Amino acid sequence: MSASGSEAIYQKLYEEAKKNIDGKEGKTQVLVGTATCGVSAGALKIKEDFEREIKEKDLDVDVVEVGCIGHCYAEPLAVIAKPGHPAVCYGYLDDGLVHRLVEDFLAGDDPSYEYALAALDRNDVFPTFEDFPRGIYEQKLILENCGYIDTRDIFSYIARDGYKALSKALEEEPSAVLEEVKAANLRGRGGAGFPAGIKWEACIKSGQDEKYVICNADEGDPGAFMDRSILESDPHLVIEGMVLCAYAIGAQKGYLYIRAEYPRAVGHVQEAINQAREKGLLGESIMDTDFSFDLEIFQGSGAFVCGEATALVNSMEGNMGMPESRPPRLASQGFRGKPTVLNNVKTFAYVPYIINRGADWFKEIGTEDNPGTAVFSLVGKVNNTGLVEVPMGTTLRELVFDVGDGLRDNKEFKAVQIGGPSGGCLPESALDVPIDFDSLHEAGAIMGSGGLVVLDENDCMVSVSRYFLEFTQHESCGKCTFCRLGTKHMLDILNDITRGEGDAETLELLKDLAEDVRDGSLCNLGKTAPNPVLTTLEYFMDEYKAHIEEGRCPAGVCRELILYYIEPPKCSKLCNVCVGSCPTEAIFTRDDGLKEIDQEKCVKCDNCLKACPPEYNAIVKLSPPVLPPEKEKTAK
Amino acid sequence: MSELVKITIDDREIEARAGEKLLWTALENDIYIPHLCAIKDEKRPNASCRLCFVEIEGVDHPVTACTRKVEEGMVVKTRSPHLDRLVKTGFELLLSDHDLKCAKCAANKSCALQTIAKERGLKLRQKRFKLIERDYKIDDSPAEFAYNRSRCVLCGQCVWADREEAKVGAIGFTQRGVNRAVTTFEDIPLADSICTECHLCVDACPVGALYYKSDLK
Ligand SMILES: Cc1cc2nc3c(=O)[nH]c(=O)nc-3n(C[C@H](O)[C@H](O)[C@H](O)COP(=O)(O)O)c2cc1C
Ligand code: SF4
Ligand code: SF4
Ligand code: SF4
Ligand code: SF4
Ligand code: SF4
Ligand code: FES
Ligand code: FES
Repeated sequence: MSASGSEAIYQKLYEEAKKNIDGKEGKTQVLVGTATCGVSAGALKIKEDFEREIKEKDLDVDVVEVGCIGHCYAEPLAVIAKPGHPAVCYGYLDDGLVHRLVEDFLAGDDPSYEYALAALDRNDVFPTFEDFPRGIYEQKLILENCGYIDTRDIFSYIARDGYKALSKALEEEPSAVLEEVKAANLRGRGGAGFPAGIKWEACIKSGQDEKYVICNADEGDPGAFMDRSILESDPHLVIEGMVLCAYAIGAQKGYLYIRAEYPRAVGHVQEAINQAREKGLLGESIMDTDFSFDLEIFQGSGAFVCGEATALVNSMEGNMGMPESRPPRLASQGFRGKPTVLNNVKTFAYVPYIINRGADWFKEIGTEDNPGTAVFSLVGKVNNTGLVEVPMGTTLRELVFDVGDGLRDNKEFKAVQIGGPSGGCLPESALDVPIDFDSLHEAGAIMGSGGLVVLDENDCMVSVSRYFLEFTQHESCGKCTFCRLGTKHMLDILNDITRGEGDAETLELLKDLAEDVRDGSLCNLGKTAPNPVLTTLEYFMDEYKAHIEEGRCPAGVCRELILYYIEPPKCSKLCNVCVGSCPTEAIFTRDDGLKEIDQEKCVKCDNCLKACPPEYNAIVKLSPPVLPPEKEKTAK
Repeated sequence: MSELVKITIDDREIEARAGEKLLWTALENDIYIPHLCAIKDEKRPNASCRLCFVEIEGVDHPVTACTRKVEEGMVVKTRSPHLDRLVKTGFELLLSDHDLKCAKCAANKSCALQTIAKERGLKLRQKRFKLIERDYKIDDSPAEFAYNRSRCVLCGQCVWADREEAKVGAIGFTQRGVNRAVTTFEDIPLADSICTECHLCVDACPVGALYYKSDLK
């Protein structure tokens, strides 16, 4: 290892990158968010529209693909950076708006602030994202570059200090990296929060030469997309984190286990690996040192359970993707029987920052036992859905009401479901729980992979827990008794309850079984699958009882427990909308001109309720499904 | 390599080989722990039946005895309200997916499920869970034996015998979740598969799933 070798090499790379980027930065740029969610909202078409219009007008403007800008509720999104103006982000783009922006802002000089979401840099004319309540709570760390760098150009990353941490680390002993990560108390972001440094150290202590580093990008939780966003938006960050880990533990080879359903992520990461190799940041003799390490992508096409550590290794080895009992842990006996570090995408993404800025800086963010930030995909009934990053210790209330800007349509908050399918449902009374691994665990939920679904008064908690259990039951690999059969019986019981069947004993059996599945299962899929059931039983027992004792679904969701009814005083008589909306012709006009539903024919599709004009609002759901007495009479 | 150490199981002091799996140590010393899937020679136990739970002093949750290695000074309990509850539930879950007709079964009186029931004072029937309906057919294609999947507890003993002893590889675990099963490749009858009818798997089966036709009274 030649003294100051790698830092000198880095300096040259950095200057090269700066030159390359500066050339672009003096120019006007349009940055289009083309992570998967942007693409599905039509971002590629928006990019083409910009390119076409710019070409037609013969303007000197670059159109660049960036990753996730983080405001997925307003997709498609683009940022326009024009010298002389603050960089401004525009949302809800369509061809008309693109035309306008090109004409007025790019060709003319009017930033059209009326269409802007916010500015990105501080300025005197227009508020930035930080000025919104959301911005006050958000703190971007591993999402810092997302949406700002050209994901397909390594120079864009290097110009923002990318690979600086690696050059710095290579100047020192590998143990320095380990010590920094340990001192930072970086906890694994794949769900369980196990300290990364301790895992790495165990791997070193195994004393074997051949070792592996694997990045878990299986991300199988329905609705979760943060790992994908990071890989699509800032792939070099994860790669640099993995190289740093490899240097620390002395691994020669690493893999990124990316699910095959993420073709954009696979493409961007492969491109990034190639570029990093070209620049000598990966492969033989990294930055001219005697440290060599190479990366390869493994495309996982397996089930949800393949994200579990031992199942993941099994599937990489060509075996059935099924969990094994532990110990031995991967750190002593992992991939091909060799010591292996497996960490989540986000866990690796923190490492370059920790090496660059130091463990003390990292520990300033978040709480003492849970330093750093938490990344969530905020979905459900909140106004602002999207990827958010907040310091650990932020409360659920702040996340839902400030960052998420509260509930849609002024509905009443009911619960958050946090941690993915095996997370828990927490009620209003738990909103002041700080978001960190330990507090959430105590409340019965888990951090999980960072999925957070906001539920409102129209959500039935029995249905919600049934929904999540259906997912895990379906994903059970079937190896062990409790999970294979226990989740099946739990699901059957929940299905019964949504039909109003059961009694007090049913609820007791459900609870007992849920606890036994939690305690008896082999892997964490089975151990955590009961969480949604246990937490809803704890916090929403009244809803379970309403189903069983009164045959009533308070939220009006469970089909067997509701009926649709047209309230005579409210029905306009002259309007025919509901009749036309019904797929089964269940609605007819009575002799007195009022509409009525033939309950025999109704399939409870909800169409008429949505169709009835708001000024009448005559159609209601009744639960329990009993017609008012006077109605019963006329019906006969 | 295997150094002798002292451990305590259910208040009895026992001399045991360090590193050996606790389940076998207990069984050798006539301490019964329910088990179906454990195979002594298997390096990495399947640990799938989840019946061999024990409590170890200093470990805050029940652990499976078939995976836990003996260590000097270990203090083990095989019975406690929590352990008994887990074993009962696990046992009843298996019975909820089982064609329970002992009187008509070849394994009657030599069946591991019956042993567990007897040793643990459990009833060989359960009412807590609905019986899972299956329409499996009995594969009686081999000359001397047959396979009744409705009595299979998925312990994997037959798969081990077929792979590691017979070295044939005719049967294996297939399907996922609640449909997990032991079948031949593509679920064809045994006689049409590469099975040599060595019946080592039949000898390994602890219940009445793989059985000799001659044992059927
Ligand atoms: C059913 C199941 C699915 C999992 N899926 C993932 C996943 O998609 N990504 C992930 O990083 N970890 C997943 N995990 C957690 C991993 O087993 C493992 O703990 C994690 O990758 C370790 O990395 P970390 O320490 O950085 O969190 C899953 C666990 C279980 C039980
Ligand atoms: S807990 Fe479920 S997923 Fe995990 S090994 Fe058991 S059956 Fe398979
Ligand atoms: S709920 Fe659907 S099926 Fe029933 S009356 Fe209304 S539109 Fe017709
Ligand atoms: S396998 Fe055992 S428990 Fe099942 S029917 Fe036969 S004897 Fe009875
Ligand atoms: S009888 Fe057939 S299936 Fe059974 S062990 Fe022998 S070869 Fe394998
Ligand atoms: S057939 Fe017998 S030995 Fe094979 S898995 Fe089933 S119960 Fe176990
Ligand atoms: S802004 Fe679209 S992926 Fe986040
Ligand atoms: S014998 Fe231990 S889990 Fe089956």
